[in-house]
Amino acid sequence: MLVFTLRRLLVAIPTLLVISLVIFLLVDFAPGSPMSEIPLTVPPDVRQKMIAALGADQPVLVRYVLWLRQFFWVEPATLFDGIFGTHLAGNEQRILSWQSRSPVFSIIGQRMPQTLTVIGTAYLVGILIALPIGIYSAYRQYSWFDQLGTLFAMIGFSVPTFFSGTLFIIVFAVWFGWFPTKYDTTLHVTDWASFLKQLKQMAMPVMTLGLANAATISRYMRSSMLENMGQDYVRTARAKGMTERTVVLKHVLRNSLIPVVTVIALGIPSIFGGAIITENLFGVNGIGAALIGAIHANDLPMVQTLAFIFAVLIVTFNLIADVLYGFLDPRIRYD
Amino acid sequence: MNPYLSSGTKDVYAASMVIEPLAGFDDTGTIIPKLVTEIPTVENGGISADLTTITWKLIPGLKWSDGSPVTADDAVFTAQYCMDPAGGCAELSKYDGVKTVEAVDASTIKVTFTGPKTNPYTAFVGALAPLLQKAQFEKCLGAAAPTCTDQNNMPIGTGPFMVTGFTVNDTVQMSANPNYRDPAKPAFATALIKGGGDAESSARAVMETGEFDYAWNTQIPPDSQASMTAAGKGEFVVAFGTSVERIEINMTDPSAEWPEGERSTAKHPHPILSDIKVRTALSMAIDRQILSDVGYGAGGKPTCNVVPAPEVYVSADNTGCLKQDLEGAKKLLDEAGWIPGADGIREKGGKKLHLLYQTTVNPVRQDFQALIKDWWTSIGVDVELKAIDPGVFFGGDAGSPDTFQKFYADVEMFTNNFDGTDPETYLAQYLCAKAPSPANQWQGENMNRYCDPAYDKMMGEFSSTRDPAQRAAMAKTMNDMVTKDTMTVIPLVHRGTLSAHSNALGGVKINAWDSEMWNAADWFRVK
Repeated sequence: MLVFTLRRLLVAIPTLLVISLVIFLLVDFAPGSPMSEIPLTVPPDVRQKMIAALGADQPVLVRYVLWLRQFFWVEPATLFDGIFGTHLAGNEQRILSWQSRSPVFSIIGQRMPQTLTVIGTAYLVGILIALPIGIYSAYRQYSWFDQLGTLFAMIGFSVPTFFSGTLFIIVFAVWFGWFPTKYDTTLHVTDWASFLKQLKQMAMPVMTLGLANAATISRYMRSSMLENMGQDYVRTARAKGMTERTVVLKHVLRNSLIPVVTVIALGIPSIFGGAIITENLFGVNGIGAALIGAIHANDLPMVQTLAFIFAVLIVTFNLIADVLYGFLDPRIRYD
Repeated sequence: MNPYLSSGTKDVYAASMVIEPLAGFDDTGTIIPKLVTEIPTVENGGISADLTTITWKLIPGLKWSDGSPVTADDAVFTAQYCMDPAGGCAELSKYDGVKTVEAVDASTIKVTFTGPKTNPYTAFVGALAPLLQKAQFEKCLGAAAPTCTDQNNMPIGTGPFMVTGFTVNDTVQMSANPNYRDPAKPAFATALIKGGGDAESSARAVMETGEFDYAWNTQIPPDSQASMTAAGKGEFVVAFGTSVERIEINMTDPSAEWPEGERSTAKHPHPILSDIKVRTALSMAIDRQILSDVGYGAGGKPTCNVVPAPEVYVSADNTGCLKQDLEGAKKLLDEAGWIPGADGIREKGGKKLHLLYQTTVNPVRQDFQALIKDWWTSIGVDVELKAIDPGVFFGGDAGSPDTFQKFYADVEMFTNNFDGTDPETYLAQYLCAKAPSPANQWQGENMNRYCDPAYDKMMGEFSSTRDPAQRAAMAKTMNDMVTKDTMTVIPLVHRGTLSAHSNALGGVKINAWDSEMWNAADWFRVK
């Protein structure tokens, strides 16, 4: 298993380098200019100077090599300096966002907490809702509960978050006035009152995303359960006189969870990726909102860095899912 | 938070609560002193008789929010900061023509221009050209400017508030400046600016849920405006500046049959639109009132001028286009020799009357395209619509065929405006030399490739004329030359800026001539 993991890690390095080059070129060749959000009243020669000051007029390969160096040396060194108080990075330039002139990693640092809290909670809530629905739906296939579960999943699948989110805002914020519509990123949880406030502001985005997440996972859970319910070992377990509870929750569930865990693990990078629409709608201003803002403004360093981080996460969690698979299913051995 | 590095409106507005210029504009467009004792004029000796110098006197005892005194050195430094060639200063045009900025004494700033300056209220005037603190920005000159993250995010200023927390594109936390020049102001101890989201949700947070007191740029559909106002928690306010949504006509041939480098250049005049009768007919077929109502509601009004404000420069009798006249338009096309063919599309010499009409991706603009296409089709013009990503359209990338400068289409629609109250640079856009072409890497503001020696001549006179009445008369003439006289530009809607404030916030005076937050110091809580 260790050899397998190491080998996979080594393969990941060239893969990621190729991905980074592809992203860089794709983003760079996409039409648009970092100056497109600057008002028309700024004359063209001033625009040219602004572009030059950003370094955006350099050839693409120069910028790519510079970016690689910044990403793999300057940024980790800066992080190291920040933790241990050393001076490894010196005064080297960090990756700067063209839009805000702030270091890209500082922006990511500012935005990570709310993305992880909101999107992470939504994912967790989604899983917690989905598993019981999936299990019971499969156990009582075609019962009214199963039909209801299917309906729920269909709604979750087919209603886009910009619709469900707006609906929640109108019902719960405008009519009832229970929850705020704008997420306050400056809120620090220090006592019960602020914790309650945090819960309130998280409620709507978490509901919106949780619904969508639960729909997907519950369908996986259901079909995986159904597949296992008809297996021979289940009949054997029943024949041995085991209780239904033991049969379903111990034998069937454990085996059915294997593919579901993989699906869940593969979905984790999307938590870091944020949720563009939901974040925008509720003013969560996490990573997703940063990405779409950067795309609109043609902020190449920001888009490139974020996209590459997602690539790293996806590669990593793919590996984790594979390793987990081996742990969960003794039949699978990689060595 | 530093307008010299980013002139995006949101950055400028947020910064204007913290850093201030020497003088600004009030809601009527009149210049008002901010950090100075009075506005220099020729009469009070502040401006030299030959219009080459202007001298500002700082208010005595003025302090930065950190308690240190504001001196003329700060102004000298600010000019040096923006005029540094490696700094990429976004407001360089504000310091255009400035020869030197000197500190005569600790509180006297003397700006010398390279020649007579008819409008000397550019450097250090308005939210786009605020004063920076020398002590804070000293190490941020030139190429170092963008790397000064802390300084750019949390500038020390003289405004009613100071920055206490900043997260990029998300929040600005502010608290009252203890050293503000009026100890009784501001009325609020803290202020929070929240970014992100869209116009609709921002408006809702003020008008329907009351979570926020003020929302900037709440340009939402008219029916949403009405239903949100009905909630009774706030009101929309609108200020009309100089923005005009217009259709620009390509006077040159964008046809793909010409080789690259000759398309849309003065080499080949436009085969259809060179005829003023066709251009006039296109304008006559449009009902501007409907466009304004559909697209902007309270935030727009129909106009026939490219210079819609300020009052003194408006060509008030240019109203002929306001009434739609489909029959008249048809008649004009007949006269021009375009005769309806079998399919209802007009033809002349075997050529169909076909136009490519481009604009940016934007719901209001697509509504406008659809409506105008209907009207133009009804007079026998075949219209093909095209919508381009705004990042590309306004991006100015010389390699892209879809920029508004390249103009590989027959007509295009966008909004343009000018800064402050003086239309000089704006009207100068229609000079022959400003036409984008391969020779200037497609940079230039004369999208139409309009070229009239009489216009160029008048523009030259305009720049050297000092008498305000004469200037106003000339501006009107030039406005008429590009609109009703030649129909080079088809103005559609005079766009205001629409913002929302809650009923609990008092003192709001929306301002189209400066930052909307220009009088944030006077805002108060309505009990």
